[in-house]
Amino acid sequence: MRKLVGKGVPKIDGMAIATGKPAYTEDLVVANALVVKILRSPHAFARITFIDVAKAAALKGVECVLTYQDVPKQRFTLAGQSYPEPSPYDRLILDDMVRYVGDEVAIVAAVDERTALAAIDLIQVEYEIFEPVVDFETAIGHPSVVHPEEDLHCNFDIGMKKDQNIVSSQRVESGNVEEELSQCDFVVEETFYTQANAQCMMETYRAFNYLDHMGRLVVVSSTQVPFHAKRMLARALKMPAGKIRVIKPRIGGGFGGKQSSCVEIFTAAVTLKTGKPAILVYDREETFTCTTSRHAMRLKVTLGADKDGYIRVVDIHGLSDTGAYGEHASTVFMVAGEKTLPLYNQTKAVRFMGNVVYTNKMPAGAFRGYGATQGTFALESAVNLLAEKMGVDPAELRLKNIAKEGEPFRGFKGGILESSALNRCIETGKEMIGWAVKYPRRSVSETKVRGIGMAVTMQGSGIANIDTASAEVRLNDNGDFTLLVGSTDMGTGSDTILAQMAAEVLEVSLDQIIVHAADTDVSPFDPGSYASSTTYVTGMAVVRAAQDLKQQILEEGAKFLQVSPEEVAFNGHTVRMTGTDKMISLKKLAERLVVGPVHRQLVGNSTYGSPVSPPPFIAGFAEVEVDKETGKVELLDYVAVVDCGTVINPHLARIQTEGGIVQGIGMALYEDVRVDSKGKLLSNSFMQYKIPCRKDIGTVRVAFKESFEPTGPFGAKSVGEVVINTPAPAIAAAVYNAVGVRITQLPITPEKVFMGLQKNSTRS
Amino acid sequence: MQIEFTLNDQPTVWDVSPDEFLADTLRKHGFLSIRKGCNTSCCGLCTVWIDGKPTLSCTALSFRMQGKSVTTIEGVAEEAAEFARILVAEGAEQCGFCSPGFIMTVLALKHELAAPTEEEIVHYLTGNLCRCTGYMGQMRAVKTYLGVTQR
Amino acid sequence: MFTVGQLVQPDTVEEAYRILTEKKDAAVLGGCAFLRMGSRAIGTAIDLSHLNLEGITEHADSFEIGAMTTFRMLETDSVLNTFFDGLLAEAVKPIIGVQFRHAVTVGATVFSKYGFSDLITALQALDTEVELAHGGRMALEAFLNRPYEKDVLTRLWIRKDGRRAAYQSFRNSASDFPILTTAVSLLAGQGRIVVGARPLKAAIAVQASQELGRMDLNSQRMDEIAALAAGEMTFGANMRGSAEYRRELCKVLVKRAVTEVAACK
Repeated sequence: MRKLVGKGVPKIDGMAIATGKPAYTEDLVVANALVVKILRSPHAFARITFIDVAKAAALKGVECVLTYQDVPKQRFTLAGQSYPEPSPYDRLILDDMVRYVGDEVAIVAAVDERTALAAIDLIQVEYEIFEPVVDFETAIGHPSVVHPEEDLHCNFDIGMKKDQNIVSSQRVESGNVEEELSQCDFVVEETFYTQANAQCMMETYRAFNYLDHMGRLVVVSSTQVPFHAKRMLARALKMPAGKIRVIKPRIGGGFGGKQSSCVEIFTAAVTLKTGKPAILVYDREETFTCTTSRHAMRLKVTLGADKDGYIRVVDIHGLSDTGAYGEHASTVFMVAGEKTLPLYNQTKAVRFMGNVVYTNKMPAGAFRGYGATQGTFALESAVNLLAEKMGVDPAELRLKNIAKEGEPFRGFKGGILESSALNRCIETGKEMIGWAVKYPRRSVSETKVRGIGMAVTMQGSGIANIDTASAEVRLNDNGDFTLLVGSTDMGTGSDTILAQMAAEVLEVSLDQIIVHAADTDVSPFDPGSYASSTTYVTGMAVVRAAQDLKQQILEEGAKFLQVSPEEVAFNGHTVRMTGTDKMISLKKLAERLVVGPVHRQLVGNSTYGSPVSPPPFIAGFAEVEVDKETGKVELLDYVAVVDCGTVINPHLARIQTEGGIVQGIGMALYEDVRVDSKGKLLSNSFMQYKIPCRKDIGTVRVAFKESFEPTGPFGAKSVGEVVINTPAPAIAAAVYNAVGVRITQLPITPEKVFMGLQKNSTRS
Repeated sequence: MQIEFTLNDQPTVWDVSPDEFLADTLRKHGFLSIRKGCNTSCCGLCTVWIDGKPTLSCTALSFRMQGKSVTTIEGVAEEAAEFARILVAEGAEQCGFCSPGFIMTVLALKHELAAPTEEEIVHYLTGNLCRCTGYMGQMRAVKTYLGVTQR
Repeated sequence: MFTVGQLVQPDTVEEAYRILTEKKDAAVLGGCAFLRMGSRAIGTAIDLSHLNLEGITEHADSFEIGAMTTFRMLETDSVLNTFFDGLLAEAVKPIIGVQFRHAVTVGATVFSKYGFSDLITALQALDTEVELAHGGRMALEAFLNRPYEKDVLTRLWIRKDGRRAAYQSFRNSASDFPILTTAVSLLAGQGRIVVGARPLKAAIAVQASQELGRMDLNSQRMDEIAALAAGEMTFGANMRGSAEYRRELCKVLVKRAVTEVAACK
């Protein structure tokens, strides 16, 4: 009987952060830190031909002005990925070439913000302006080459053809697509466009740093990837990684954005130059303009099915826009195929191919879903189209074709899918939304129609064979425990979840576990929290570390009791010889071990990486009401039924799901990163880039259908990313079912729906 | 310039410049619960009360606090904790960055509206953005706090 | 970052106006929601806090609304909202959030003639006058149409003429700027149809307004009026919608607002 795993305990840091205690990066800044500001390019593509910082540097209070002439010339990537990173080393700290509106031109540090901003205005720059590559569909073969430099470096072959603006070219296939398609009774083909989205974590990017008494660079940053940030800084600054320490305080949201280290390099450059502490806080405009967004994609999907109702072919041809730099370029694109092709396993041929291109826009990067979101919109919209063409219920089509538990699974290269409750998720979701009654549409008035639609999705749990996390659990002198991890709770509650797991194994209460994360000087290595890895990968490391410690406690307890370890049991309070009164309390044992005569502090540890990335699943259902007069889509109800394996903390998993669903709703209906014809960002504030507000979302209802994943801690899989994938295709389907307008280009704006209605009415 | 005002029930005299906004002034004086999430007066993170009314401290000029009463979450710690416990029990604080401003609006709502409907609650809280929770858990917490029957 | 060199808090409107016109980089501070977004360097900032311009006063035949009155005051004023079918509250309610509406002021909004303004759309449907320190009192319409001129907007005056009114705005996200706004009012055979966020500033649809006042309204007549309004207004495009779409929306919103007003009769 589990005591803590499966319980919706409050987050261990919940009260502190909810009531505004100082816990975030900016709250902890050291005294007298210089304020760093960046001069940015007003041009989408240009070369700096002249730059004069003399006036700025002479301004009272200015401590440092850096241009491309003053920083190390070592190309690197901001992408926080395990070494060797698949993202190309294609940027310099500052470059004489600027590649998007907002690209960094100069770094200024001054005693206060006002002075720094005044200094920025005093820098004179002249540019040679080039024709920018703005539309990603024109990037390949464009006369402008975004990265002409010779020293751009790829750690391994990602199919780069930089002269053609191609960052990565990919092709994965199994079976003969053309031949199988010719055998199919039903074939559908459609091209879908997913837009760039902004992560919009509430705490924008920020970091400060200082040199400690040993001359080491201490970086305090709101980052998802402290260890990767350390390695990146070491490379870019040409200094030993051992001279850098990265500390992560509480994080005000990340959603993948903070998997790219956007600001640390600038404060670090200032501190190394001046020897003084420095802080950089991006405001919201900079966060929108000069960080990373979701990769926009064009995805052409061809599906083939036979008359028996089996999907036999999935073929996806994609084009992805990585913007000015290649952060996460190849991997996000790869995931768009990796998390879609295996979903249906009656296929005889599957293919995913295409290119990722450079353009002169803000770089794309990691954002929750990481390509699976884009791929799911395309695949699931196509499946809904296919169901219509076949004249079958889209829920039934999915139930018949999805990979089921115990079946061979393309995602594991023919291995067996050990855990899936997706069929139960679909059945439950149908009941919750009222599919039998409401599908496909009901007219509610002369002008309003309601429709429902659905989509299913999968993600992964960590990156198979790459993510490796370590954990330590230490028995302290007073009998409590310190859990040391390097994962980065960005609000998800992962610190709490990991503590629940450790406490469960050790059979102690949650308040006996002190969680420490993350500080690269102290924490065991962890890639950081991304790729839906923490519960699954770090979680397993924690479970094993706790088991290791528990075994040591048993051994030491037995030694004290002068019996063999097999003869004792530990219940969280005492080690007792089974069936007797012979015992020693944990407190006493700890005291003897740590400060007493035994001289052996117990530390359990484990390093874990998984050869598989087991997929969590979701079935999502949307009910919308469409105003036929205006095209306005009102989302009435959203049902998400989730299989994340064993639910470690139902409250936190529910909130993760609701939050992800609403981000998906934003992508479906409102959010759109837009630039003008010159590449200047238009959607640069919460006024112009609309994330859903409280009035926009109708009701979101979440249910869990547990499976048991044998490779996961307590049977758990991930939940962090999969939750964002279904709303766009499900809502698009609901709109189509309501009014017959098929939106293939996100977001689903009232104008697009209205124009579709007009087109339909002239056609009929 | 010098302003005299009441901050969390304490008479306070501060020096401010004429182009300084209250959010910055408060943070400068150690009120670190004040968060800024946008530059455009539309996220609600920096919400404090001015004369009891929930207002954007990022948009209120500090000098205008002369003679007024300003309340931050530090000034209503007990009341805030009471709601925070409910919020945290739902898991609906998530990253917590927007929570202080959100809580200040929820408490203001409770003071201003007697027996609000669900629609009135949503309307009152619309100016508080949250990117983590999707709002549903926050709503459950608010309804529990206000004693509004759950649907 | 906007900066202020020197702050003045004049005790009279005349003094405020004098400073504004004498100093070339002087500006009047409103609620500052929009001012703070820019990087304007204001030499002399004029704060009207000492002029007692905050609040709504009911007179025998009008409402007096001070320039420093906030949107939230408009939204919650229990007397004002018993008039004009609560038009002004309806107009400001969708704007961002309670905190924002506590911050932004009527005077700054009207003086700035924002194209996206819900409030200006609604005010134009009423018999509204603008009071300026130098320009004196003039119809809102006249104020909106005159070229920019340095002045201090002190008050709005709205005639309590028993007008029935209705407001419609269309937004995608509920707290977004509107894609289109419309306000319609009707009084003893005098109709007024205002269309705003076109995205050009709000204006009266003159012909449609005349038709509205003319005779009994049935559904077909309302369609005609709506089409007339859509036909006579000019529309533009921005991120939120094309001119073509706005024209179509105009028909729908005007019809809906006219229907509401007609139902009030």
